[in-house]
Amino acid sequence: MGRLCVPDPNFQLHLLAYHSILIYMPKIQIPSPLRQYSGKQSSVDVTAKTVAEALAGLVAQHPDLKRHLFADDGKLRAFVNVYVNDEDMRYLQKEATALKDGDTISIVPSIAGGCEPQRSKLPFTTHL
Amino acid sequence: MATLTDVKSEAKSLEANPPQPAPALSNDEILRYSRHLIMPEVGMEGQQKLKAAKVLCIGAGGLGSPLALYLTAAGVGTLGIVDFDVVDYTNLQRQIIHTTADVGRKKLDSAAEKLKAINPFLNLRTFDTKLTSANALELFREFDIVADGTDNFPTRYLVNDACVLTGKPNVYGSIFRFEGQASVFATEGGPCYRCLYPEPPPPGLVPSCAEGGVLGILPGLVGVIQATETIKLILGQGDSLVGRLLLVDALGMKFRELKLRKNPDCPICGTHRTISALIDYDQFCGIRGQEEPVSGGNLSELSVEELKKKLDAKADIFILDVREPHEYQICNLNGYLIPLGDLPKRVAELDSSREIVAHCKMGGRSAKAVAFLKQAGFTKVHNLTGGITAWAERIDPKMPKY
Repeated sequence: MGRLCVPDPNFQLHLLAYHSILIYMPKIQIPSPLRQYSGKQSSVDVTAKTVAEALAGLVAQHPDLKRHLFADDGKLRAFVNVYVNDEDMRYLQKEATALKDGDTISIVPSIAGGCEPQRSKLPFTTHL
Repeated sequence: MATLTDVKSEAKSLEANPPQPAPALSNDEILRYSRHLIMPEVGMEGQQKLKAAKVLCIGAGGLGSPLALYLTAAGVGTLGIVDFDVVDYTNLQRQIIHTTADVGRKKLDSAAEKLKAINPFLNLRTFDTKLTSANALELFREFDIVADGTDNFPTRYLVNDACVLTGKPNVYGSIFRFEGQASVFATEGGPCYRCLYPEPPPPGLVPSCAEGGVLGILPGLVGVIQATETIKLILGQGDSLVGRLLLVDALGMKFRELKLRKNPDCPICGTHRTISALIDYDQFCGIRGQEEPVSGGNLSELSVEELKKKLDAKADIFILDVREPHEYQICNLNGYLIPLGDLPKRVAELDSSREIVAHCKMGGRSAKAVAFLKQAGFTKVHNLTGGITAWAERIDPKMPKY
């Protein structure tokens, strides 16, 4: 049968010590259309307490990503969705959403492929 | 008791109102669908629902191939397909409904032949047209479910909006390289595509499959997920992808799901709707704004014939190839390779005093490279119109096209 789980008597202390350091290392998942701007990496570790800090850390490490994620006014582009674990940050506290250690941030841009270009009808939509 | 005449008149009224449930199955159909019929989740009732169902498939390409094949095999009674395209060689790597012998044929004709061969009981309705704001609503009203296998943002938004306005579920799938997305949008009370993505990306920012490529099996994986969701909706069984976005990563072979919520501010399905009719989706997706720079016509364009002439005359030309290294391996003009994404940090490798001709596959990326170089102070820089594909077509027929 299952192994008995002995609680660590120092568990609460560990937890306190852990939180007092407050260095969180969330992982940011980079979708394949954007990997050409992240040095081909599929995920990037950053140090951040909020989503805004995580994204700032990401573009600091990979400046080429900036114009793909942010508009000229510094706002996140409307077709780029950001999830904290499986929840859309728009339904959390948006960029101010606090992060915990082990959180995964996913950048989920819209993709349209079905997949083939409509060369004949819309010559300017594709094959850039 | 019903007389013979009564039965006939009843049959007539059924014809007048086609969505009547429970069409009878013939003995041949019972045998054909026996592996469905012995499952309690389908059974006779479910199979009759499938037979009564009318599904509209947008596109007979990568996603449309497995979708149409499996829905037909499963016994969906009426399948509509909208497509205006012709089969070409680059389709065959993933569009499994078409064969080598079909190259040059209309996709609709090619698909119809395979589907009828799989299931002669299918009522196939083909629509040889581009889906537009003018025809979408009328078309969607004749079906119960719409499966979106399109390939571009304007049609994605058009399908979504037409589904919301006609109240038809939108079984969504989309793919890029090794990744796919799937969901079910526009069900009663469920989110729509605009709840997920209120706006499309500006043209050119997200690469197309023609540029970025796509793993041939990926539309199979995602198209079969769409077929599964369609059949579940018809049967009313299981947990559908309503309210969930499934992310498929074929390279890592990971399936993840994200929560989707109905956006109360959604312009088409939210509480204060601002869209009540179909709009101009090319304009909405900024297509027209992009026509100018890519279609060329400015002084820095150079045709492949002009380039050939210059090279033959041994003119001092520096050919800059802004494609990716793996594209260079397929074919090249012996140019100097700097991928477009690396150009800003490698611009110092270029000599601005020389005449530079930039090229890519089709001319789009190199147009961006030329614009960037001009901004950086380069004056003698040209874009090779039509890219290396035009070179292969008009100058060197031995060069492979991709």
